[in-house]
Amino acid sequence: MAIPSYATRGERIWHYVFLGICALIFLFLVGPLLIIIPLSFNAQPYFTFSQKMLTLDPEGYSLRWYQDFFTSRAWLHAIKNSFIIGIASTILATVLGTIAALGLSSRHMPARGAIMALLISPMIVPLIISAAAMFFFFSKVNLAQTYLGVILAHTALGIPFVVITVTATLSSFDTTLVRAAHSLGANPTRTFFKVVLPLVTPGVVSGALFAFITSFDEVVVVLFIAGPEQRTMPIQMWSGIREQISPTILAVATLLVLLSMLLLTTLELLRRRGERLRGVTPG
Amino acid sequence: MSDSPAFPLTTADGVPLKVSLRRAVRRSKLKAFLLVSPLLLFLVIAFVMPIIEMLWRSVDNPEVTNHLSRTVAALEDWDRQSLPDEPAFAALAEDLREGQEARNLGLLSSRLNYEQSGMRSAITRTARGLGTMEPPYKEALIDAHARWGELDTWKLIQREATPLTMSYYLMAVDRQLTPDGEIVRAPENQRIHVSLFWRTMWMSLVITGLTLLLGYPVAFLLSNLPLRHSNLLMILVLLPFWTSLLVRTTTWIAILQSQGVLNDLMVAVGVIADEARWQMIHNKTGTIIAMTHILLPFMILPLYSVMKTIPPSYMRAARSLGGRPFLCFRRIYFPLTIPGIAAGGILVFILSIGYYITPALVGGQSGRFITNYIAYHMQTSLNWGLAAAIASILLFVVIIFYLIFNRLIGVDKVKLG
Amino acid sequence: MKQQGYHKRAARRTLALAVAGASMVGLSSVAQAQQTLNIVSWGGAYSMSQEKAYHEPWSEKTGDEIVNIDRSANALAGLRAQSQAGNVTWDLVDMLPADAMIACAEGLVEPLDHDELLAEAPDGTPASEDFVEGALGECFVASIVYSNIVAFNSEMFPEDNQPSTIEDVFDLENYPGQRALMRRPINNLEWALIADGVDRDDVYDMLETEEGIQRAFAKLDTIKDNVIWWEEGAQPPQLLADKEVAFASAYNGRIFDAMVTEDQPFEIIWDAQVFELDGWVVPTGKLDKVRDYLYFATDTQRLADQAQYISYGPARMSSSDMVSTHAEAGIDMMPHMPTYEPNFATAIQKDDEFWADYSDELSQRFDAWLAQ
Repeated sequence: MAIPSYATRGERIWHYVFLGICALIFLFLVGPLLIIIPLSFNAQPYFTFSQKMLTLDPEGYSLRWYQDFFTSRAWLHAIKNSFIIGIASTILATVLGTIAALGLSSRHMPARGAIMALLISPMIVPLIISAAAMFFFFSKVNLAQTYLGVILAHTALGIPFVVITVTATLSSFDTTLVRAAHSLGANPTRTFFKVVLPLVTPGVVSGALFAFITSFDEVVVVLFIAGPEQRTMPIQMWSGIREQISPTILAVATLLVLLSMLLLTTLELLRRRGERLRGVTPG
Repeated sequence: MSDSPAFPLTTADGVPLKVSLRRAVRRSKLKAFLLVSPLLLFLVIAFVMPIIEMLWRSVDNPEVTNHLSRTVAALEDWDRQSLPDEPAFAALAEDLREGQEARNLGLLSSRLNYEQSGMRSAITRTARGLGTMEPPYKEALIDAHARWGELDTWKLIQREATPLTMSYYLMAVDRQLTPDGEIVRAPENQRIHVSLFWRTMWMSLVITGLTLLLGYPVAFLLSNLPLRHSNLLMILVLLPFWTSLLVRTTTWIAILQSQGVLNDLMVAVGVIADEARWQMIHNKTGTIIAMTHILLPFMILPLYSVMKTIPPSYMRAARSLGGRPFLCFRRIYFPLTIPGIAAGGILVFILSIGYYITPALVGGQSGRFITNYIAYHMQTSLNWGLAAAIASILLFVVIIFYLIFNRLIGVDKVKLG
Repeated sequence: MKQQGYHKRAARRTLALAVAGASMVGLSSVAQAQQTLNIVSWGGAYSMSQEKAYHEPWSEKTGDEIVNIDRSANALAGLRAQSQAGNVTWDLVDMLPADAMIACAEGLVEPLDHDELLAEAPDGTPASEDFVEGALGECFVASIVYSNIVAFNSEMFPEDNQPSTIEDVFDLENYPGQRALMRRPINNLEWALIADGVDRDDVYDMLETEEGIQRAFAKLDTIKDNVIWWEEGAQPPQLLADKEVAFASAYNGRIFDAMVTEDQPFEIIWDAQVFELDGWVVPTGKLDKVRDYLYFATDTQRLADQAQYISYGPARMSSSDMVSTHAEAGIDMMPHMPTYEPNFATAIQKDDEFWADYSDELSQRFDAWLAQ
C-alpha cells in the first residue's frame, strides 16, 4: 500500500501507525499458533517456557511428548478413526455435492434460492443443535455409536463447503467451451471428462479439502453420537484438555498446525492453477 | 405483445418454437433437479429429519399417558376440588404395580419430578411398598407417601396427561405452570435460561464488535496491497482459519492461564507481581479473547471481498475534490464497505451464539453460553425435553439471522478462502 | 498431576503387554473363549487401581481383553442412549448409587441377586452380610467407599497456620486464596451448612426447607468471588499443584494419588467428609457375559487388593482387615482411608434419596445462583 504523493506529514505518520496496528493484529492471529510449537518440545511437563528453554539449552528440549503420542494406543486408534471417518465422509460429500452443484449452476434450476439455503444450513445451524438432533434421531434408527452414523453426520456437515466451492467454480466457468467441444464433435461424456472436469477440478478438490478438515476437526457431533470405538483425535484432545493438559496435547497441536499449513499450501497451489487454466493472471 | 402471430414460428419438425422451447426448458429444469435430488434426499435423512425429531422431542409428553393410563382414565370426571375417590387411587396402585414389574417407572418419575421436586421418591418409595399393600388404596397410598394426599399431585397428573406439553418451553424461558394451569414466572432464584440467552447474545455482540475492530484494518490493508504481497499476508489470515479449533483453544489456555506464557512474561518483565497474576481464563475474558481470535477470519474474508471491489480512484477523486482524509473515508469509503460489515458481522454473530467448544473449555462460569446448557441437559441432568426446547429456541434465533443474511447478501455469495 | 497422564499411558502399555502375554497362555490352555469386555469407569487414578486389582489378574486368568472407557461421569446418559438405540456396547458400568437407582427404575440395568452372583467371604459369610450397609442395591453392588473432601496445598499457608476444619475453607480472612469447588450443589450445600454451624445429623432435614437452602447459599455467597468451579475429577489436583487455588474439593483418592505418586504437598481436611459408595451395575442383557468377571472383581481379595493402589475403602467388611500398604510407595494405607476411625469422626453419609429428588431443582437454583 503505497503512500500517495499528495499525503501530508500527518498522514504519513498515520500511515506507519496504521501499519504498526496491522502488524499487531497479524501477530494476534498467528502468534498463538506459533507459540505452541516450541512449547511442545518442553522437557518439563509444564505449559510455559522453562529457564533452560529460554537460554536455548538443549537439555530444556525433548521429544518425549511426541514419543508419548506415537506410542500411545489410544492416540493411534484415534488418528486411524479420524482418517477413516474423514476420508469416507469427504468422498460422500464431494460426490453428492459436486453432482448437486452441477444441477444448481444450471440456469433452469427451480427454487434455486430455497434449495441452496437448505444445502448450506448444516454450516449455519450451531453444531450443538445438529449434534443433539442427530443424537435423538440416530439413536432411534440404530445409527448412534456406529462408524456409519458418524460418517453420515460428517458428510452432512461437509456438504455446504463442497456445494459452495464447486458452484463458485462453475459460475466462473465459461459455458461456450462446452458448446465449442460439442461443435468439434465431442459427445457429452467426452466433453465432461476432457473439458468440464479439468476446469472444475480445483474447485472440487478445495471443496473436498474443506469437507475433510471439517470432519477431521469436528468434536461436538462425535461427542454426542459416537461410541468408544469411534473415538476420534479431536475427542481425544477434548477429554485431554478438559481433564489435564499434558504437553502431549501440544505435540498433537503442533502436528495439526503443520497439517493445516500443508493443506493451505495445497489450496493456494490449486487456486493458482485454476487461475492459470482460466486465463486469469495475478496482477 | 401477448397476441400470438397468425403463423407461429416452428422448428424444423413443425413443432411451434414456443412449445419446443418450453419443453427444452422443462427438460433442463428436470435434469437440474435430478442432479440435485440425491443430495437433497441425503440431507433430508441425515439432517432435516434429526432436526424435526428434536423439535418433536421438545413437546412430546408420553410419560403420564403411557404409564398412568388407568389413573388418567379414572380422573376423567374428577371435580378437582377435593381428593379423588378410591377408584382413582386403586387405578394408581395398579398402574404403579405394573410399572414396577416392567421396571419402567423411571421415566415417569423423572418427568413428574421436573414439575414438582420430590415426586421421584414419592413414586419409587410407593412402588416399592406396593407388594404388601391392600385395599382400600386411598388410605394405603397416602400412608405410603404423603404426596398422594395432596390435591396438587393429582392436578399435576391430570394436567400432564396430554400427548403434547408446553412445559419444556416454559422451563426454557424460566416460566412454569401452577397446578391450576396458569403460566407464571419461575421463582427468582431458579431463573437462569433467559439471562443466559441474553448473555450469549451480548457476548456474541462484543465478539462481533471486536472482530470488526480488528478485522477492518487488516482487510483494508490486504485489499490495498498489490496482489503478490496480499497473497502472502492472506496466508496469515487463512492459517488460523484452517487450524483445528481445539488447537486454537489449547493455545489460548497455554497463553492465558495463570501459570501461562503471558502471565509469566508479565511477571518476568515486572508488570505484575508473582502473587497477583491476572485471571484471564475460565471467565468472560478468556471466552471473548479466544473466540475473537477464532472468528476473526470470518470477519476479514467477507470484508476483504467487498473492499476488493471498491476502485481506489473513488478515494482519490474525493481527495482531489478537497475532502480531508478522515472525511473522505467516512463519507466515501466506509459506506461502500457496509455490505461487507453486514456480511461479516452476521456471520460472526451467528457462529458465535452457537459456539460450544470454546466457551466450555475456557469459559469457566461467567463465560458460559446457552449452548453449554444444552450439553448439560443432554449429558448430565438428562432432561432431554428441556435440552430440545432450548436448542429449538436457539435454532429459531439462528434461522432468523440466517434469513436476514440470506436476504441481504445471499448464501451463494459466501466465499471460502 | 501433570505427570499422571504419562503414568497412565505407561500403565496402559504394560497392560497391553500383559494382555498379549496372557492371550498366548490362553492359546495353549484354551480354558475359555476369549472375549472383550467394555468396562466403563471414572478414568485417572481410579481406573488405574481397577486395572491393577481387577483387570490385569482377570486377563491373565482368562485371556479376556478389557477395554476401559472413561465415561462414568455421563454413564446414565450413555446407558439411556444405548438402550434406546438398541445397541448396548457397555458390558459393565461403574457408577454412583444415586445414578444406579435411576438406571434401575428405568430398567436400564439388571436387578442383581447378590448371594447368587457374588462370592462369599473367606469365612463363608454370604455376600449380603459381608458388604457394608447400603452397599447392595436392587441393581447395584458397591466396590468402594470413597469420600468427597476438601484438600489444600500446604505450601500456600504458613506452617503454624494450616487449615484443619471445613469452617476454615469458608474463612477467607485467615486462609486467603482461591478455592476450587465442584460445579454442582452436591457437597457444597452440605459443607456450607456445617460451616455455618448446623449439626451434621440435621443437614439433610435442613436442606428440605427453604430456610435451610437459603442459609446454605448465603454461606456460599461469602466465598463465591474466590471460587473456581471444576467439572472433571482430574482438575482439582491439577489446580492445587499449579497453585491456581489454595483449597480444592476433590475425591480423596485423587488427592492421595497426587500426594504419593507425585510427592505433592497436599493435605486432606477430613472434617465433614461426605462419603459415599461407588460400584457396579450391569446393563440390561449383559449379565451372562460379565457374570464371572463380576464374581471375581467383587470378591474379598480383589477389593482388598484395590486398596493397595488407591485410598478408597473396600465395601466388604472381610476386605477391610486385609488392607495393607501401598503397592509402590509402601506406606500404610489405613490412615488414608475415609473409613479410618480418626478420619471418620465427623463424616456425613451422602443422602442419595434426597439428591435423587432435589438435584434437578437445586441444580437449577445453584446455576441461577452462580449466574447472579
